[in-house]
Amino acid sequence: MTPAVQVSSLWKFYGDYPALKDVTLDAPPGACLALIGRNGAGKTTLLRTVAGFSRPGKGAISVFGAPPRDAGTRRYMGYIGHGISVYDELSALENLVLYGKLYGLADPRRSALEWLERTGLERVKNGLVREFSRGMRQRLAVARAFLHEPKVLLLDEPFTALDDRAIAVLQGVLREALAAGKTIVMSTHQLREALELATHVALLNRGQVAFHGPCTPEMVSDPGWVYARYGEG
Amino acid sequence: MAFARQVFVIMAKDLRAELRTKEAINASLSFALVVLLLFSFAFDPDEETVRTISGGLLWIVFAFAGTLLLNRSFARELNNDCLDALISAPIPGAALFLGKALANFVLVLAVELIALPLFGVFYNVHWTTQFGQLMLVILLATWGMTVTGTIFSALTVNIRLREVMLPILNFPILIPALLGAMQLTSALVAGQPITSANESWLKMLIGFDIMYTAVSLVLVEVILVS
Repeated sequence: MTPAVQVSSLWKFYGDYPALKDVTLDAPPGACLALIGRNGAGKTTLLRTVAGFSRPGKGAISVFGAPPRDAGTRRYMGYIGHGISVYDELSALENLVLYGKLYGLADPRRSALEWLERTGLERVKNGLVREFSRGMRQRLAVARAFLHEPKVLLLDEPFTALDDRAIAVLQGVLREALAAGKTIVMSTHQLREALELATHVALLNRGQVAFHGPCTPEMVSDPGWVYARYGEG
Repeated sequence: MAFARQVFVIMAKDLRAELRTKEAINASLSFALVVLLLFSFAFDPDEETVRTISGGLLWIVFAFAGTLLLNRSFARELNNDCLDALISAPIPGAALFLGKALANFVLVLAVELIALPLFGVFYNVHWTTQFGQLMLVILLATWGMTVTGTIFSALTVNIRLREVMLPILNFPILIPALLGAMQLTSALVAGQPITSANESWLKMLIGFDIMYTAVSLVLVEVILVS
């Protein structure tokens, strides 16, 4: 079976500094791969390279067998990074309709309204994002990333700085996505939340894969176990 | 058809965002008007002086005022990491570039068309004598300025000193277009139409626009994905 995400012998350099060193890992379709590691381990670089924002120095990346920069591949990938990726000057509805049009949805307005309802933002749909609270902005970011029903979700620290409601919304849509057979790759420091969802774990250490394999009961019961076993301590 | 729709979506988004805040357009317009006013005090606006300086003065003002708008083009996308979302959307880099360039063109042109009548008043110039040809020159030179400014805005978006770097990179490239626009504008404002003696400047402007539009469309994907 073609892996949903396959990374083969990936190197990424910033100048002479290798941020990723010979990284090889994959995520089968329907898996949830938790990328863990200390700050600076290369998690964000790896996710950004898989998302196609950044070119590999060496090695290859494929998403369902195709390069990440193919327009067809991008159509079924969703990404949540450190920013919310919505425009402060536009309303919540305008933002989602904009992305719906860019993803070529048949009825961007209907999809936008559906996701505003799912994230509890339908009452403020015409409010400008710059007037939103932090929690509302985060929920809108979730709606933006899921709007086009992506088959592969790349999430960079998705639980960081979320309020309780946004965490509940995100966990809900992630569980639904996994139940629907979608693939999730997420980097995280919130091991407990991540390992509850993860089917696979990859531990990055100074740009290298220290461990990559299925999520085991030991990891779920003791989130620090994988660091103690495979990390640098 | 899909490409044209994507270009329009990006253009409409940029125009809507700018018209909601009016940050860049207000700064650009204020700059243009203040410089035109200050120079009107510096020069005695007799007919000969105006004939000599009008094209140069006007295009220097337009170029610097335009830079204030062009600087914001891709920098606007840094807020909330919107550039990531645009790069990950399934649209070609060329559509993103062209949408942004068209939005910039509309905004820069708006500033120029507001500044032009005031230039006429401050310098006592009958700039409408060759109105059609003057508009043609303004459209061509503004597109050239917009295309190079937009691509350099993409190139400098992640640089901390991008406000300084954009004019440093853009103006040397723009020299041929600005030179042509200045020569033609000086003649047209003085009431002289474009003739065989100076139409080579017009051809040069057209060539500049075609060349830099083509180069930008090819390079933008490489620039955006580092």
